[in-house]
Amino acid sequence: MKGKKLLNKTWKENAVTYGIVIIAYIIIQIMVQTGNISSLMKGLLVPVCVYVIMAVSLNLVVGISGELSLGHAGFMCAGAFSGALFTKCMADTIGNPVVCFAIAVVVGAATAAVFGILIGVPVLRLQGDYLAIVTLAFGEIIKNIVNALFIGRDENGLHFSLKSAMDLNLADGGEVLIKGPQGITGNPRVASFTIGVILILITLFIVQNVINSRTGRAVMAIRDNRIAAQSVGLSVTKYKLMAFTISAALAGVGGVLYAHNLTTLTALPKNFGYNQSIMILVFVVLGGIGNIRGSVIAAAILTVLPELLRGMNDYRMLIYAIVLIVIMIFNSAPAIIGYRERFMERFKNKSKTKEAL
Amino acid sequence: MAMLEVKNLSISFGGLKAVNSFHVTIEKGQLYGLIGPNGAGKTTVFNLLTGVYKPDTGVISLDGQTITGKSTIEINREGIARTFQNIRLFHNLSVLDNVKAGLHNHYPYSTLSAVFRLPDYYKQEKAMNEKAMELLKVFDLDKEADYTASNLPYGKQRKLEIARALATEPKLLLLDEPAAGMNPNETAELMDTIRFVRDTFHMTILLIEHDMKLVAGICEKLTVLNFGQVLTEGDTQTVLHDPQVISAYLGE
Repeated sequence: MKGKKLLNKTWKENAVTYGIVIIAYIIIQIMVQTGNISSLMKGLLVPVCVYVIMAVSLNLVVGISGELSLGHAGFMCAGAFSGALFTKCMADTIGNPVVCFAIAVVVGAATAAVFGILIGVPVLRLQGDYLAIVTLAFGEIIKNIVNALFIGRDENGLHFSLKSAMDLNLADGGEVLIKGPQGITGNPRVASFTIGVILILITLFIVQNVINSRTGRAVMAIRDNRIAAQSVGLSVTKYKLMAFTISAALAGVGGVLYAHNLTTLTALPKNFGYNQSIMILVFVVLGGIGNIRGSVIAAAILTVLPELLRGMNDYRMLIYAIVLIVIMIFNSAPAIIGYRERFMERFKNKSKTKEAL
Repeated sequence: MAMLEVKNLSISFGGLKAVNSFHVTIEKGQLYGLIGPNGAGKTTVFNLLTGVYKPDTGVISLDGQTITGKSTIEINREGIARTFQNIRLFHNLSVLDNVKAGLHNHYPYSTLSAVFRLPDYYKQEKAMNEKAMELLKVFDLDKEADYTASNLPYGKQRKLEIARALATEPKLLLLDEPAAGMNPNETAELMDTIRFVRDTFHMTILLIEHDMKLVAGICEKLTVLNFGQVLTEGDTQTVLHDPQVISAYLGE
């Protein structure tokens, strides 16, 4: 009896998160249809989706697994390039751009997951600050390798090089797909707000369902007390790696969406550097570590905010920084948390007395 | 056959022989006490039994199976569960989830069926909830199932730790100073609980304790450890009146 009630409770919690995303989507779609949205905002819709996916997936590592990872943009980069490469190779063969994109998402997720496992195995032996620094390094390595990567295609198949396009030794009529620092050019821009929201919902579905299962429970148990977790037979390596890999795969999904929103995809520090990783971490921390719904809201607001403040030109970044500080204090200062709890308590009591009446 | 049989168990840290040729034999269903002054090596023995440390020498066998050198996780699966001297709960998880984490290996539905919410997930989660609530009821924690573990009062945290250990369905339960920090009333209640656990679950229990009232009250046999070595062993009353033991505790 009680068990059923508890399952329902988590289901309700999750449904609220889906609800917020869907309602936001409907409102924005209406605004777009009625022309109540600036073209600047319209251009931000897909990036917002990308960052929501990135923040939710990073929260799985930072919040649920309790490990500080600073290389999330690296997985995004792996997903973005593998997805874009797939589209570039197969778009003509497959025909239908949406089907092609769907497969590209799977390819991007799989590639990022492979990187997640490869990096996770050595990195997850470390803890705390050490893990953070090593993930930071791995993120940079992925970005830099992609930056130096040349891939070409001719009738003999794919050619790889880390030196230059000439070293690919392509036959006549061959085509360079990834041009090193120039990246992938001439991508079809398939990504749309609708596709982005669908991917957000899929990400939320996967992350929330994992958290509310024995896997998620094991991951959180290990986070809370490693020694006790081992004493009840939970494999630390297995579950840490699992959380890390799922997170990487979902970052890959974010990357594919990101790539299909650009005609030219390059592995610049601006796109996939550590600044990007830290931005995503800021979303997670501000939204509340371990709080998935918070990540969604924080990522959406903080992606839009700098553009909203564009009118104030000189003071833009200043206000952005102040907003960050204020949210941080509101979320984490003990005095404010105490005040908030008292406020909620009073609110609860009031509704209880109303019920009693 | 004995439930736990340990022979010639030793470990040193640097030059210090923390545990030196320790031995013990515990029969099935026995309530066995391990006592000794501070620093005698009691917790080290627990850490050796549960695979936290690998012994330098010695053989540990549980229910006829040799488990020496296995990892903590494997040893738990073989059937040893423990609690800790300084409580180690999953403090951010709910009371119910703490117990469900203990049930983890007995309800092995896959992550895939969790993601896609296949029938397997619902069936096993439901069974898990029922089993966990049953265990919580035994420890009178069922009303607090929704609480975050860290919000429980101290005595209940101790009980939850025992419930979580029992959830792994062990053959042998190790309790490391279960009465530490408890007032006399709580200790008396704990004694009842430990006896109750032994009787209802037919559990074999080995416990470390400083509270002599508790030890004298519930343990059937004792081993006294001093400076890493077995000082004496035998029936509780005999051991507690042994002048050697009294002098180890009180000094010459």
